[in-house]
Amino acid sequence: MTPNLLIAIPLLPLVAALIAGLAGRRIGRAASAGVTILAVGISCALSLYVAKLIFLDGVPASDITVYTWLVSDGIRFQVGFLVDRLTALMMVVVNFVSFCVHVYTIGYMRDDDGFQRFFSYISLFTFSMLMLVMANNFMQLFFGWEAVGLVSYLLIGFWFTRPSAIHANLKAFIVNRIGDFAFVLGIAGVVYWTHSLDYADLFALAPSLETATFALSAGTTVPALTLIALCLFVGAMAKSAQVPLHVWLPDSMEGPTPISALIHAATMVTAGIFMVARMSPLYEFSGAALTFVLVIGGTTAFFMGLLGVVSNDIKRVIAYSTLSQLGYMTVALGASAYSAAIFHLMTHAFFKALLFLAAGSVIIGMHHEQDMRKMGGLAKYMPVTAVTCWIGALALIGTPFFSGFYSKDALIEAVGESQRAGATYAYWCVTAGVFVTALYTFRLLFMTFHGKERFGHDETHGDEHAHGHGHGGAPHESPWVVTVPLIALAIPSIVIGYLTIGPLLFGGAFGDAIFVREANDVIGELGHEYHGPVAFALHGLTAPTFWLALAGVVTAWYLYLKSPGTPARIAARFAGLYSMLVNKFYFDWFNETLVAPFTRLVGKVLWKGGDQLLIDGAFVNGSAKFVGWAAAKGRRIQTGYLYTYAFWMVIGLAVLLGWFLIGA
Amino acid sequence: MPDTQNWWSTIAPAAPEMYLATVICVILLIDVFAGGSRRPRLTGTLTLIALAVGAWVTLEYGSVGGRTPLFGGLYIADPLALVLKLSALLYVAVALLYSRPALARRGTGGEYHVLALTALLGIYVLASAGNLLSLYIGVELLALSLYAMIAFDRESPVSAEAAMKYFVLGSIASGMLLYGISLVYGLTGTLALDEVALRLTAEPSLGMVAGVAFVVVAIAFKFGAVPFHMWVPDVYHGAPTTVTLFLSTAPKFAYFALAYRLLSQGLDGISPTWTQMLAIIGVLSLIVGNVFAIAQANLKRMLAYSAIANVGFILLGFTTGTAAGYSAALYYTIVYVLATLGAFGVILLASRRGFEADELEDYKGLQARDPMLALWMMMMMFSTAGVPPFVGFWAKLAIFEALWQVGAVWLIVIGALAAVVGAFYYIRVVKLMYFDDAPSAPRGEASGALRLVLGVNALATLALGVVPASLFDLCKAVLG
Amino acid sequence: MLSNYLPILIYLAVATGVGVALLVIGALIGRYFTRYPDDVEKRSAYECGFEAFEDSRRRFDVRYYLVAILFIVFDLEIAFLFPWAVALDAIGSAGLVAMGIFLAILVVGFAYEWKKGALEWD
Repeated sequence: MTPNLLIAIPLLPLVAALIAGLAGRRIGRAASAGVTILAVGISCALSLYVAKLIFLDGVPASDITVYTWLVSDGIRFQVGFLVDRLTALMMVVVNFVSFCVHVYTIGYMRDDDGFQRFFSYISLFTFSMLMLVMANNFMQLFFGWEAVGLVSYLLIGFWFTRPSAIHANLKAFIVNRIGDFAFVLGIAGVVYWTHSLDYADLFALAPSLETATFALSAGTTVPALTLIALCLFVGAMAKSAQVPLHVWLPDSMEGPTPISALIHAATMVTAGIFMVARMSPLYEFSGAALTFVLVIGGTTAFFMGLLGVVSNDIKRVIAYSTLSQLGYMTVALGASAYSAAIFHLMTHAFFKALLFLAAGSVIIGMHHEQDMRKMGGLAKYMPVTAVTCWIGALALIGTPFFSGFYSKDALIEAVGESQRAGATYAYWCVTAGVFVTALYTFRLLFMTFHGKERFGHDETHGDEHAHGHGHGGAPHESPWVVTVPLIALAIPSIVIGYLTIGPLLFGGAFGDAIFVREANDVIGELGHEYHGPVAFALHGLTAPTFWLALAGVVTAWYLYLKSPGTPARIAARFAGLYSMLVNKFYFDWFNETLVAPFTRLVGKVLWKGGDQLLIDGAFVNGSAKFVGWAAAKGRRIQTGYLYTYAFWMVIGLAVLLGWFLIGA
Repeated sequence: MPDTQNWWSTIAPAAPEMYLATVICVILLIDVFAGGSRRPRLTGTLTLIALAVGAWVTLEYGSVGGRTPLFGGLYIADPLALVLKLSALLYVAVALLYSRPALARRGTGGEYHVLALTALLGIYVLASAGNLLSLYIGVELLALSLYAMIAFDRESPVSAEAAMKYFVLGSIASGMLLYGISLVYGLTGTLALDEVALRLTAEPSLGMVAGVAFVVVAIAFKFGAVPFHMWVPDVYHGAPTTVTLFLSTAPKFAYFALAYRLLSQGLDGISPTWTQMLAIIGVLSLIVGNVFAIAQANLKRMLAYSAIANVGFILLGFTTGTAAGYSAALYYTIVYVLATLGAFGVILLASRRGFEADELEDYKGLQARDPMLALWMMMMMFSTAGVPPFVGFWAKLAIFEALWQVGAVWLIVIGALAAVVGAFYYIRVVKLMYFDDAPSAPRGEASGALRLVLGVNALATLALGVVPASLFDLCKAVLG
Repeated sequence: MLSNYLPILIYLAVATGVGVALLVIGALIGRYFTRYPDDVEKRSAYECGFEAFEDSRRRFDVRYYLVAILFIVFDLEIAFLFPWAVALDAIGSAGLVAMGIFLAILVVGFAYEWKKGALEWD
C-alpha cells in the first residue's frame, strides 16, 4: 500500500465536502451531489481494494507517518495511518454505508433548501470518520473524534429553525464534552507514561506498565493502565452512548434520517467500540477497567431496550435499539471478545442503517409523519420498504442465518464463557435483552406495516401539505434513489454474517490487530466448538436465545396485531413501571432538575465571583485601564521633535554602556 | 583565457548581486531614456520581470552546499543567505505588485523601482556579508535607498519630515555602528568576522563591551527597538503607504542578517554580553510597542507600534544565543513579515484617489463594503496576534520554546503577557470591520489580479499555520 | 634616524617657498603690470563665489547646491583612480576590469543626471 493510496481515501471526501460546502451555491444541486457521491464512491472502491490487499492477498499491516506536524519536547504530533485488518474492515463499513447514505440522500433531501450543505456535511463526516479509524496516533484519533462530533452537532441541528433540533444538538454537544474531557485526560495519561502519542509505543510499553501506579492522593494509588483505560472508556461512553451518557442519542433523531442512519447508528456511535478494540493491548492489562466496561454495557443493552417498547416515534424506537445494540458490543469488549464486538459492529452497521433508511422511507411516504400510532398497514403501499425492513428486523432480533444472528449469538456465548467479575450480570442482561429486542422490533413492524390503517386520508396533512411533494395524501413507495440503497443494504444484512463469521471470529482474520491474553481468550474457547456457519446456526436453534426471540415475536404479535387493546391495559395495571419507562428512567429529569441547576449554580458563583470581580474587575478592566493610562502618558514622549528622538537614543546608549561597563 | 571557467567558478555564487547591479543600471537608463511620462508603467513592469529572473539567478547560483567564502572572505554564500535573499526578493516583488495602483495614481517616476532594487541589492550584500566592511556597505546601501524612497512624495511635507527624521537619526545610528565596528576592529585587529570570532577573549575587555554596546544600539535602531524606535511611528505614518509597505517588510531580513552575522557569528564568543543587552531592549520593545499601539487611531501608526512589539519577539529569539533561538527568530521574521505585507496590502487595495484608508475609522464595517478584503485583513490580524491555526501562532510558540530550552522563563512570561495585550488591538481591527456600522466610505479600486495575490498572501498565513513543519524545518536547517 | 625626516624638511621648505613666492609675485604683478590698481572687483574676496565674511545663513541658489553635490560625488570617486593607478602593476588585468566596471557605473550615473537635466543651469 503506497502512502498516496491511503492519503487519497480520506482526502477525496474532504475535497468534495469543501467543493460542495464553499461553492455549492454556485455549482448547483446536481453538481454538489455528484461531486460528493463520486468522491465517496472512489474512496469506497479504494477501501475495498485495500481490504482485498489485506484480507485476500495477505499484505502486511502498514503503519506510515505522512506528515509530522510538530515536535514538542520529543513528542511527535503526526498525521499517520495504521492500516491493518481492523482498520481495513472499518474503512469498508464506513465507506459503504456512507456511500449508500449519499445516494439515499438525493431522494430524502430532494426538496430541502440545505441540499448542498447537507452533502458537504456528510462528506466531511466521512472524511472525519476515516481519519479516526485510520489513525496511528492519539492526536489524529482525537482530531477524528472531535471532527465527527462536530459534524454530528451540525447535522442534528441541520434544521436549525426548529427549537427542538437546537436543543438536541446542544445536548449532544454538552454530553460529548463530558466524555471528551475524560478522553483527553486518558490521552494525557498515555503521554505521561509513554512519552509518545503513537499507538505503537503504547502497545509496546503496555505490558511493562502493568505495575505502574498513579497516586490519586497520599496513600491512594490506582494502576496507571486502569486509569488510562477508564478515562478513554468514559470518552467512548459518551460517543457510543452508554448509560449514563446516552441521553443525547435519542434526541439526536431530530436530525435528518440519513444522518440517523449514517452517524447515529452505523458509524460515529461505534467509534467508541472501535477505539476500545483498537486499544485492546491496553485494556487487556486492566481487568478492573474491563469489568466496568462489562457492567456499563450490560446495563445499556437491557434497560435501553426496554425503552424501545414504549416509544411511539418510529425513529426513536430504532434509536433505543441502537443504544441497546451498542450495549451488546460493549459487553463483548468487556468480555475480551473484541473480535465479536467488531463483528457485531459490522453486521449492526448494515442492518441498522437499513432499518433507519427504511424508517426514513416510511417517513417520506407518510409525508413526514413519525408517530407509529398513525401508521399501520403500510406494507401494501410500500412493498420494497416493508420487505427490506423485515429483513433488517429479522437480522436485528437474531434469526438464524441472518447476519445479526451470527454476531449476536457468538457475542452472547462469549460473554457466557467469560470468567471476569460482572460477566454473570452482563450475561443475564444480554440474554434477557434478546426478548426485549424481538418485542420492540416486531412491535415496530406490526404497528407500521401491518394491522389497521390508522392514517386519515382526509387530514389536512395530505392534500394541502405545505411541503409540496405534489402527491396525494396516500402513502406511496419512495423513488429508486431511496429503495436502491435499501436493497443494497439488505443484501449484506442477510449474508454478511454467514460469509464472514468463520474468518473474522475463528479464522484469526484480525491477525495481530487485536490482542487478547491467553487467559481471557473466550473467542478461542468458542472456536473449539465451531464447525462452520450452518452448524452454528442449527446449534443456535436449540439455544435459549432463539426461543426468547421467538417469544418476543409472539408477544408482539399478540399485543399489537391480535389484541391491540391489551398494551393499554398493561400500562394502566403497571402504571409506576410504565411511567418510569416513558420517562426514560428519569435520566433527563435527573439531569435537568439536579445536575443542571447545580452546575449552573457553580457556574454563577464562579462567574460573579471569579470572572466579574477578579478577572474582569482586577485583571481585564484594571490592566486595560492601566495600559490605557500608560499609553496616554507615554504618547508625550513621542513628541515629534527630532532632538527628542536623538536624545532618547543617546540615553539608551548611555544606560547600556553604564550598566555593562560599571557592571563589568 | 584558458582559466575563465575556473575564474568564474570562484565568483559564481555572487552572481545574484552582479545581476542585480547590472539590472539596476539597465533599468535606470531605460527609464530615463524610454520611460518616464511617455510610458509610466514600463519601469514597473521591467522591474517585476527583472525580479522574476532574479529569483532564478539567486536560486541557480546562490544555492551552495555549505558555507562558501568568496573575495577573500568579504562575501559569504551559505544556505542562510539564500533563504534571506529569496524571502526578501519575494516580498519586494509582492510589495511592488501591491503598490502598482497607488504608484500609477500618483504618477511617480521610475526611480521608485530602481530605488527598490538598490535597497534589495543592499539586503543581498548584507545577507552575504562576511566582513565588517561589506556589512557596513550593505547597511548603507539599504539605508540610503530607504531615505530616498520615504522622501519620494515631494509634494507631501509629512513625507519630507519623516525622511528627514529617519535620515538624521539613521546617520547617528550609522555613526554608532561605525564606532562599534572600529572598537571591535581595534581590539581584535581584523575586519573579517571569522577572524573576529577566533580572536575574541572569553572575558571581554571594557573596550569590547563598549564596542558591542554601540553595535547593539545600531542594530536596535535598524530594527526599530525601544528606546531607539522613535523614528518608526513617524516614518511608518509619514511615508507614502507604498513605501511603508516596502520598509516594513523586506529590510527586516537585512537587519536579521546584520544581527546574525555580526552578533551570532562574529561576536559569538562573548554572547552573554549582547544577549543581556538584547533582552533589555527586547522586553522594552514588547511592552512599549504593545501598550502604545492601543492608543493609536491611525492604522499605519498602529502597525508601526506593532512592528516595534514584534521586533521585540525577534530579539528575544536572539537572546537565547542558541541555534534554536536564531531559527525561531528567522521563522518569526518570515512569518511576521508575511502578515505585515498582507496588512499593508489591504490598506493599499482599500485606498483610492483621495482616500488613503489608513485611519482605523476607515475600516468600520468593511465587511459590508468589501467582504473579501475584510476576510483577508482578519486573517492577517489573527496571524499577527498569534491566533491558531494561523502561522503567527507557531512563530510565537517557536520563540517561547527556544526561550524555554535556555530556561528564560521570565522572558516567556513577559512575551506571553505582551502577546495578550497585543491581541487586543489586532482583534479590535476585526471588531471594527465586522461589528461596527459602515460609514459610506468608497471602495478600493484595485484590480482583480491584485486581490487574488492578496488572497494568496492571506491563505498562505493559514496554510503555513496548518502545516507549519516544512518552513520551520527549513529555518532550522539553514541555521543548524 | 633623523635623516628619515629629511623629505619632510624639504617639503616644508618648498611649501614655504612656494607660498611666499606666490604672494610676492602676486604683489609685484599687481603693482607693476596693471592699469587700475584699486578696482572694486579686485579688492573683493574670491572664495567660491561667496563673500568671505558674512552671515552663514545667507540664501543661495539651490541649483548651485545641486551642481556642488554632483561635483563632490564625481570628485571623490575620481579620487579612487589615483591609488589604482599607482598599484596597477600589482593588480594586473583583474584591477583593470574592476576599474572598468567602476567607471561604467559612474558613467551610468552621469548619463542619468545629464538626461534628467541636472546639469543645465536653466
